[in-house]
Amino acid sequence: MSIKDEFTKGFWKTIPPFRLVLGLCPVLAVTTTGINGMGMGLATTFVLVFSNLFVSLLRKFIPREVRIASFIVIIASFVVIVELVMQAYFYQLFKILGIFIPLIVVNCIILGRAEAFASKNGPIMSLADGLGIGLGFTISLFVLGSIRELLGSGTLLDFNVMWSGFEPFAFMLKPPGAFVALGILLALMNLITQIQERRGGAS
Amino acid sequence: MGDFILLMVSAILVNNILLIRFLGNCPFLGVSRSMDTATGMGLAVIFVLTLAGTITWLVHSYILVPLGIEYLRTIAFILVIATLVQFVEMVVQKTAPPLYEALGIFLPLITTNCAVFGVAIININEGYDFITAIFFSFASACGFALALVLMAGMRERFALVKIPRPFEGTAIGLITAGLIALAFSGFMGLV
Repeated sequence: MSIKDEFTKGFWKTIPPFRLVLGLCPVLAVTTTGINGMGMGLATTFVLVFSNLFVSLLRKFIPREVRIASFIVIIASFVVIVELVMQAYFYQLFKILGIFIPLIVVNCIILGRAEAFASKNGPIMSLADGLGIGLGFTISLFVLGSIRELLGSGTLLDFNVMWSGFEPFAFMLKPPGAFVALGILLALMNLITQIQERRGGAS
Repeated sequence: MGDFILLMVSAILVNNILLIRFLGNCPFLGVSRSMDTATGMGLAVIFVLTLAGTITWLVHSYILVPLGIEYLRTIAFILVIATLVQFVEMVVQKTAPPLYEALGIFLPLITTNCAVFGVAIININEGYDFITAIFFSFASACGFALALVLMAGMRERFALVKIPRPFEGTAIGLITAGLIALAFSGFMGLV
């Protein structure tokens, strides 16, 4: 596969968390608004890109037996960087995302990519893979957050977009709404894929 | 004692770690397909989470705070948890082979279970003292096991019903989880 393929596969073919059903906790917890979702996605992308790069650069030096522990230390170091930077410059967002910033360290997507991709491929490919998957994750979070924000509080990116008599659907902002919204979105995506397959099969 | 009972009820029912706090959702959807694996995972989590909550609290209070390096909390905790899981796996394998048979395959998965790490962080963020931290860890883990077993009970029945094709697998799992969470939000205001 070319670099372009590695980069773009994260947007549809293996878009997390739909195709790669990993790292669901932040997806469900922080997507009460589009902006929060995007903030979380970008923080995760940063960690993913750099952990992929460093795992790939160090893959020849890390003994196989202790590779998982080594990957976790690399990932944790970047999570600490994100934590400190966000605390310093984006304090508002840091407060909202709260515990889910340190929890990036146990996001299975990151360890999964380190193990499945970066430990077997060169740094440039790993960089493309990390960036693609990370941006795909950001898009998913942003879309899910926007849907929940639109239905739950009638706003989009903090602007009032619904008609004046719109009754906010508060269920969407509550925890059960997160599960249901993600479930329906996933089913929609499956439906699109199935229709595509059927078309592909017919032609 | 009353405080502890309140804390238990709050952690198990009102602020259920899986359904309301959203920690540990990967195993929740991954291993809830059958009752046996769900109970195995639930027990393994109760065991490891209580231990991990206790040890991370000690590490934070007696190593990180005196040295003034609280900002290394994330790295320190994840290392403690990863080592602990490995250690528990070895001890259980040597001392209790039947238990290892039952829990063995779940133990490595727990390293990346955000519930364990999340509870360790909540213990510190909420400023719990030592005993409260142990209680909270144990109660959260029980809440995790309860939700997991409930979910498995429902998912086992999916085999008998016809599910629309796009909803098969994870999608229907998520919606079921949403309904269970809705039932749990009935406990809100209990504490």
